[in-house]
Amino acid sequence: MSEQPVVVAPKPPVAHEAHHEELGFWRKYVFSTDHKVIGIQYAITGLLFLLFGFSLMMLMRWQLAYPETALPLFGFFGEASMPGGTMLPEFYNSLGAMHGTIMVFLGVVPLAVGGFGNFVLPLQIGAPDMAFPKLNMISYWCLFLGGVIMLASFFVPGGAANSGWTSYTPLANIATTGQTWWLIGMIFLITSSLLGAINFITTTIQIRAKGLTFWRFPFFVWTQFVTAFLLLLAFPPLESAAVMQLMDRVAGTSFFLPSGLVVSGQVLDVAGGGNPLLWQHLFWFLAHPEVYVLILPAMGIIAEVITNNTRKPLWGYRSMVYSLIFLGFMSFIVWAHHMFMTGMGTAMATFFQTTTMIISIPSIVILTSLIISLWGGSIRFNTPMLFAVAFLPMFGIGGLTGLPLAFNVPDIPLHDTYYVIAHFHYVVAPGTILALFAGIYYWFPKATGRKMNETLGKIHFWGSFVFMNVVFMPMFMVGLAGVSRRLFDGGATYTFAEPVLHWNVVSSWGAWLLGIFQLPFIFNFFWSIRKGEKTDDNPWQATTMEWAAPSPPPHGNFVVAPEAHRGPYEYSVPGAAKDFVPQHEA
Amino acid sequence: MDIPYTEEVRRDTGLTNGKIGIWLFLASEVMLFGALFASYILIRTGAESWPRGDTLLDVPLATFNTLVLITSSVTMVMAWASLMRGRFGTYRIYMGATILLGGVFLVVKYFEYSHHLNLGEFPSTNNFLAVYYTLTGLHMLHVFGGMVVNAYFWGPGTKLWKTNPVWFTNRVEHSGLFWHFVDLVWIFLFPTLYLL
Repeated sequence: MSEQPVVVAPKPPVAHEAHHEELGFWRKYVFSTDHKVIGIQYAITGLLFLLFGFSLMMLMRWQLAYPETALPLFGFFGEASMPGGTMLPEFYNSLGAMHGTIMVFLGVVPLAVGGFGNFVLPLQIGAPDMAFPKLNMISYWCLFLGGVIMLASFFVPGGAANSGWTSYTPLANIATTGQTWWLIGMIFLITSSLLGAINFITTTIQIRAKGLTFWRFPFFVWTQFVTAFLLLLAFPPLESAAVMQLMDRVAGTSFFLPSGLVVSGQVLDVAGGGNPLLWQHLFWFLAHPEVYVLILPAMGIIAEVITNNTRKPLWGYRSMVYSLIFLGFMSFIVWAHHMFMTGMGTAMATFFQTTTMIISIPSIVILTSLIISLWGGSIRFNTPMLFAVAFLPMFGIGGLTGLPLAFNVPDIPLHDTYYVIAHFHYVVAPGTILALFAGIYYWFPKATGRKMNETLGKIHFWGSFVFMNVVFMPMFMVGLAGVSRRLFDGGATYTFAEPVLHWNVVSSWGAWLLGIFQLPFIFNFFWSIRKGEKTDDNPWQATTMEWAAPSPPPHGNFVVAPEAHRGPYEYSVPGAAKDFVPQHEA
Repeated sequence: MDIPYTEEVRRDTGLTNGKIGIWLFLASEVMLFGALFASYILIRTGAESWPRGDTLLDVPLATFNTLVLITSSVTMVMAWASLMRGRFGTYRIYMGATILLGGVFLVVKYFEYSHHLNLGEFPSTNNFLAVYYTLTGLHMLHVFGGMVVNAYFWGPGTKLWKTNPVWFTNRVEHSGLFWHFVDLVWIFLFPTLYLL
C-alpha cells in the first residue's frame, strides 16, 4: 500500500478540476446525485418549512393572546378561515395540526437528518459520495412531493388536516378531506425517510475511509447511524397505520372505528368493531423514536462544536456512544407513556413508566459528558459555540421537566395542559433548533468557502436564546395552573384560567420578537454566500475528516482519498506541534 | 466518480453495498407487515365474533396460488444460479418463468377479488374483509413491484450483463431476495387469512 500523505489542497480550485464531463444545470443543481447538493437541497427545504411552520404558529399566537379579536390586515385569508381577520376555530385547528406536522416531518427531520446527514456524514467518514446516489436523489424528491401535498392540502374544501399532528382516531376518520391529503403526504414523507435511512446505514458501514474503524467515528457519525436505524424500523408501522386510516376514510373500512360510534347525534353507518386505540399505539410506536430522531443529530452537532471550541477531546466518548446505542434500543419500548390518559391498566403503566425512567439515564450520561467536556478548556466563544453552549441548559430544562410526565400519576393532571407543550418545545425548539443553528454556522464555511458574519450571528443568537425562553417558560406556569392545550381561545372561557391568561400575551410577543430576530440570520445566510469572509479549508482548526476536503468540496469530495490514522478528537495533544492533530494526517 | 464496493465485497464487512441495502429494506418491510399482522391480532381478539377464513374464502384457489409463488421462488434461484454459471440463455428462461408465475398469481387474485366483490363483499362490509383486502392488496402491490424489477432485469437491464456481469448477477440476487421475502409474506398470509 502506498502511504501517500494527504495534502490539504491549495486554495485555488485548479487542483481538483477532475470533472469528466460538465453536467447541465438541471443535473447539477436540481436532479443532482451529489450528496452535497442533495444535502443543501434538504437543508434549504427544511429551513423554508421551519419558517413556514413558525409563521403558522405566529398567526395562532395572535388568537391565543387576543382571542376573537380581528387581526388587522389579515382579512385576505377569506370567509372560510378568518372572516374580517377573526380566526375561526376550525382554522385554528388546521394551523395547529399543520404546525406540528410541518415542524417535525418537514422542518427538523429534513434539516437535521437530510441536510446535515447528507452533507456532513460522507465527508466525515472520508467517502466520495453516498452508497446509493440515485436513491439519495429519489428520497429528496419524495420529501419534496410530500411537502407539496401538505401545502396543497390548505386549499382543499374544509382546509388542511385539523385533527392534530397525531391524527388521533376516530376524530381523524370523520375529519374533512384535508386529512386524506395529510395521509397521502405522510406516505411520501415516510418513504423518503426509509430510503434515506437505508442509504445512511449502508454508507456508514461500507464507504468509510481506510483505517476509520467504528471507534474512530466522530460522535456526529454515530448519532446519524443510530438515527437511521430508528427511522428504518419505526417508520414502517406508521406507514401501515396510515394505509389503514386511508382505507377507513376512502374504502369505508372500520379499522379504527368502534361499533355504535355516535357523531353529531347520529350512529355512524359503518361496520364497526375497530379499535381507536390501535392508531395511538401505531402512531406513538413511530413518534417516540421520532423524538430521538429529532434530538440525536442535534447532540451530534453539539459534540462536534464543543470539542472543537474547547480544544479538548470529547469527555467520555465511549460511554456516550454506548449510551447512544442503548438509547436507540430503549426508544422502541417507551411509546405508551404518551398514552397514560387512555386508561391503560396499572401493569402496563408500570412497565412503560419504568422503561421511560431507564431511558432518561443514557440521555443524562450524554448531556453530562458534554458539560464535563467544557471543564478546563480554553473556550472560543464564536457563534456556533454560543448556540452549542446554550443548548446544554435548554435541553436540560426540556429533559428534566419530562420526568414528572414519565410517571403516570403526575402525568394525568399535566398531560393535556400547556405544561406538555412547554416541556417538549424545550427539547425541540431551544434544544434541537439551537443545535441546528450551531451546525449551520459551523459547517457553512465547508459548504461555501466563506464564514457567516459573526456580529449578525451573535445578534441572532442572543435574540433567539432570550425569546425562545420568553415563549416557552410562561407555558409551564399556564400549564401548572391547569389550562388545556387544546383550546382555540387559550382558556379565555374558563374562570380558573384568568390569573394566568396574561402569560399568553407574553408568550405571543415572545414569538413575534423571536420571528424578528430570525431576520439577521436570513440576511446573513444569503449575504455570506457571496460576501462573507473567505476561509481556508479548515477555518476552525478541526480534526475530523470533512475539513481535509477543499471548501466547497468538488464532486467526489477529496483530492486524495483520506485515511484515518487516529481517533476523531485529538486536540491539545501533549508534545504535538499544534493544538490539533487531524484524523487524516499520517 | 465511482462508488466503491458496488460489485466487489469490502474486505472487513464481506458484503457489497447492495446486499446491505436490500437486507435493511427487508428489515423495514418486516416492520411494515409486522404492524399489520399485529393490528389484525388486536382487532380479531377484540371482536365479538370472527369468521373462520375457510367459511368465506376459497382455500383450493389460495393453495394453488401458494404453490405458484413457491415455484416462482425456485425459478428465481435458478435464474440467479444460471448467471453464476455464466449461462445467460438459461437465465432468460428462468427469469421469464418467474415473471410469468407472478402474473399467474395476480390473475388468480383478480378472479378471487371480483368473485367477492360480485357477492357484495366489500372492505367496508366487516373487519374480516377489511383485513383481507388490505393485507392481500398490499401484498399484491409488492408482487407487482417485484415483477416490474424482474422484468427490467429480464429486458432492458440485461445490457449490464455485457459490460459488468458480476454487478448484474449481484443485482439479480438482490431482486431475488426481495422476491423470496414477498413469497414468505404470502406463506404467513395464507394460513392467517384462509385457514385460521
